Amino acid sequence: MRDVWSLYSDKVMEHFKNPRNVGEIENPDGVGHVGNPVCGDIMELYIKVNDNTITDAKFKTFGCGAAIATSSMVTEMVKGKSIDDALEISNRAVAEALDGLPPIKMHCSVLAEEALKSAI
Amino acid sequence: MGRIYLDYAATTPTHPEVVKTMLPYFTDAFGNPSSIYSYGQEAKGAIEEARVKVADLIGARNEEIVFTSGGTEADNFALKGVAYANENRGNHIITSSIEHHAVIETCKFLERSGFRVIYLPVDEYGLVDPDDVEKAITDKTILISIMQANNEMGTVQPIAEIGRIAKEAGIYFHTDAVQTVGHIPVDVNELGVDLLSMSAHKFYGPNGVGALYIRKGTKLTPFMHGGEQERRRRASTENVPGIVGFGKAVELTQQEMSREAERLTYLRDQLIKGLLERIDHIRLNGHPLMRLPNNVNVSVDFVEGESMLLNLDLEGICASTGSACSSSSLEPSHVLLALGLSPEQAHGSLRFSLGKWTAEEEIGRVLEVLPRIVAKLRAMSPLLKSHR
Repeated sequence: MRDVWSLYSDKVMEHFKNPRNVGEIENPDGVGHVGNPVCGDIMELYIKVNDNTITDAKFKTFGCGAAIATSSMVTEMVKGKSIDDALEISNRAVAEALDGLPPIKMHCSVLAEEALKSAI
Repeated sequence: MGRIYLDYAATTPTHPEVVKTMLPYFTDAFGNPSSIYSYGQEAKGAIEEARVKVADLIGARNEEIVFTSGGTEADNFALKGVAYANENRGNHIITSSIEHHAVIETCKFLERSGFRVIYLPVDEYGLVDPDDVEKAITDKTILISIMQANNEMGTVQPIAEIGRIAKEAGIYFHTDAVQTVGHIPVDVNELGVDLLSMSAHKFYGPNGVGALYIRKGTKLTPFMHGGEQERRRRASTENVPGIVGFGKAVELTQQEMSREAERLTYLRDQLIKGLLERIDHIRLNGHPLMRLPNNVNVSVDFVEGESMLLNLDLEGICASTGSACSSSSLEPSHVLLALGLSPEQAHGSLRFSLGKWTAEEEIGRVLEVLPRIVAKLRAMSPLLKSHR
């Protein structure tokens, strides 16, 4: 029987259940604040940069399962990357790293990419 | 504890007794009710028996009941049927801003074909003011359509009062009673309605069958053209097993409605009280008293509905939300926005709808689990910080 579960991949659910890097960074080197309450997703991404490398990333998100999972995934993906490499991360790459998102949830991955670019 | 189903307003499981009653009509008594041989007439008789039960439930005459494919069709039939048949009298329709999509979208369709529709506001509890209905009437008004109870937040409208206004003005009055029929007493004469929509799968009948009550003398265009079924008002070979199941569901609900409404009201109030006590920054949506016995709808500040639903599902609890994130549109529930809620509050809404198999322990389980879920999600919410 199909239920709400099969809406998302196991990977999305795993990040949703155990989100990585939740929180804020004190004195961050960059903050991205994107989304709006009307569409129901708000993401805040904090990064710490040392010597052109992202050393730490944290997030706070108000939103659906996909919004939380993409936030979690993008913080994992940027850590240890150079600014230039981090800018190369696309929304599609975030979605792929989560083994895909339902079509109506792809905008969540766009939000994650925008939050990252805005933080940088 | 197994899965806890608290989404009875979305659909109910078909009662095993109903299924048992339906089964012969798929096989042994499979005939087409339009056929004159006994197979056909047997099916025809079963439909008429069901019609008597449905009519009796709402105080109607048998010939005033037209079977449909469900509540959405009944709403479409009522609105388009009256609009097209009465164009010569006027083009103005009065409805509310909290109707089900089956009414709202039908009204929008009619607006595109030249009708004018006014969508009345509601107060903070979701109530339509009968005075507003009266003031909205023009010499072009041909139809008033106000739902009896809202599917999302459960507020029950003063339909009888609006019925008196409609009658005095000589305007057809339709009510979408999909959430009330089978749950609370509904009588078309007490309510003063000319048209009333109902659906079987909301009270343990099968999906895909419903009915429209049409008061004798009401002028409306047939919904489907074709054969002569349903006194030429709705062509199509009848869904015999579905209609038989609908009749059985009516029979079962009549036996236990008042007892069940009392039981559910108690559980509903336990859940509301418990949620308000255990979670801060939470509000009840809808009217505290003029409310369906089985509906609980709350908005939890700083968290989004779908993420709460997913967490509840991980605990085996099925509920629903007015958040856009759970639908393909990006707009949150039009009903909750009409109550004056902010988009954030509408996104943070949760609906629990109780039913026949809801046990007190299940309510306890929700009260144990939800505060934990809310705390977890709030810890990652950027809204909570800006609130502090």
